[in-house]
Amino acid sequence: MPPHPTRLVNFIFSYCTDPASLEGLQWLSCYLTTGKHMSMYYAFGTVLLLLAITAPVALAFGFGGASAARSHFAPLRWFGKAYIAIVRGIPDIAFFLFFVIALDQGFEFIRHKIKCPDWQEPVRQGNDFVICTAAKLPLGNAPQWVHESYGFALAVLTFAIVFGAFAANVLFGAMRAVPHGQLETAEAYGMSRRQTFWRILVPQMWVYALPGLSNLWMVLIKATPLLFLLGVEDIVYWARELGGSKQPQFTDYPHPDWRMWYFLALLVFYLAFTKVSEVVLDRIMARLTHGQATAAGEAQRKAAA
Amino acid sequence: MSCWETIIDYGLRSQGIGERLLPRNDFTLCQQFTLIGSGMIWNVYFGLIALCTGFFMATAVALGKAAQSAWIRKPAEWFIFVFRGSPLFIQFFFAYFLFLSLKAQYPVFSPLTSAWAGALVVLFLNTAAYSAEIFYGALQSIPKGEIEAADAYGLSGWSRFRRVIWPTMLRLAWPAYTNEAIFLFHATTLVFFSGFPALQQRGDALYYANYFADKTFNPFIPYPILAGYFILLTLVVIGVFGLVNTRLNRHLPQERRKRLKIKPQVIR
Repeated sequence: MPPHPTRLVNFIFSYCTDPASLEGLQWLSCYLTTGKHMSMYYAFGTVLLLLAITAPVALAFGFGGASAARSHFAPLRWFGKAYIAIVRGIPDIAFFLFFVIALDQGFEFIRHKIKCPDWQEPVRQGNDFVICTAAKLPLGNAPQWVHESYGFALAVLTFAIVFGAFAANVLFGAMRAVPHGQLETAEAYGMSRRQTFWRILVPQMWVYALPGLSNLWMVLIKATPLLFLLGVEDIVYWARELGGSKQPQFTDYPHPDWRMWYFLALLVFYLAFTKVSEVVLDRIMARLTHGQATAAGEAQRKAAA
Repeated sequence: MSCWETIIDYGLRSQGIGERLLPRNDFTLCQQFTLIGSGMIWNVYFGLIALCTGFFMATAVALGKAAQSAWIRKPAEWFIFVFRGSPLFIQFFFAYFLFLSLKAQYPVFSPLTSAWAGALVVLFLNTAAYSAEIFYGALQSIPKGEIEAADAYGLSGWSRFRRVIWPTMLRLAWPAYTNEAIFLFHATTLVFFSGFPALQQRGDALYYANYFADKTFNPFIPYPILAGYFILLTLVVIGVFGLVNTRLNRHLPQERRKRLKIKPQVIR
């Protein structure tokens, strides 16, 4: 490997080549476009990616959970109800910390059973979790990006499981809010249980579910900083990293402890994000209630008349 | 070492009383139960004090948001928006570093950089904002007839508020406020993961659960213990708030009394 060049950096602005000579706004513009700051801006992308993947997956989990809780097969119903109930009494952060390790060990254990069937020793030895090298996830010699993606995937799965429980709770309530007469009518028309569920119940439940789901979206946005606890290099990580005081001998841009300002920026970012979501969700709700037989729909009709 | 000795050694460890060194290896179930339970003292402390003090500020902010004058209404709206619209986790971080830089200039602020005061301030403001929104909603849905009746009795100003508006507001808000209390207790687990240092490893329940999970690499024992403690705490909160609910509704005929229903409203 060739010796690592210390200052091989792509400058966005041409005047950034000699930071020591810069002043004021120019200094700031160079400081905010260093390679590490670029990594921080990518981390905002990570947060958005997490939201984009987690929201549909959690909705699917929630739908599964809510359907299970309505099942006529008792063990499945118990499973669904238990899944919904976990969110009620226990702090969600405990779940985040728990699932990340538990899922990791679960996957490794399954791979261990498949890949090393003639392994004799127990997996748990005192304080160690011992599996054969071939079953390690990701493999010890895997490149760095595999490790990072695996960590991110575990985080997404954890978020989806926890938020799936919340979504299941919302959807379960929405399914019960659909007027019972609708379901009875469907049965009177000779529809089977499955047909009633898919053709009558599911299309009608969304209006009732939307307030809960939009609330959940807000909650999901506000939960994204917890990625930090799951070991992903997210915006909280970078804010702590970049904000800490920097000595002149280690960096071209020395500065005192600025973590307060970095977290202020994150605070503003989240406030703006929440505000935008609120406006968009209100519009969607207004569109969906249009012509519906709900109180809000009635109010719209009266206002238009 | 018997379990009783462990309890004497570690029962108040989270307050810095008893054995200094945390167990390093051969963790027993008893040690895990005792230390995590010891950490619960912090969760109860943060939750209880933030709730009791936040209640009064929430009432004031709710009245502010319902005020006619924009000079009072706007600050109240902004206060609620800032604390409800941003993650508590980021609020903790921001507050911690804010207190650190304040401390560097004015030594008066040094207690605020430790969890017992600094995190408590954040939780107090946070629960005040969430509860204020609940109380505001309740204020808006007070039956018009009750206020008109108060006017007819010649009540006005403070006595109308104290005898009619405030009790009705509390009665209407109570089910939602119960949820708020439950999730405030859950939110206390974030304190020691968000910048505020656990001095000499005096942490809360999640701090110790996380310690055991890290050391034993086995999440299946400490986290369920923590979950058990929190379910107990949640049941106590529901019980106490249920008693208050009964008292607030005691003038209503039996069938019109609302039972408390617990709806999760989750992370902040």
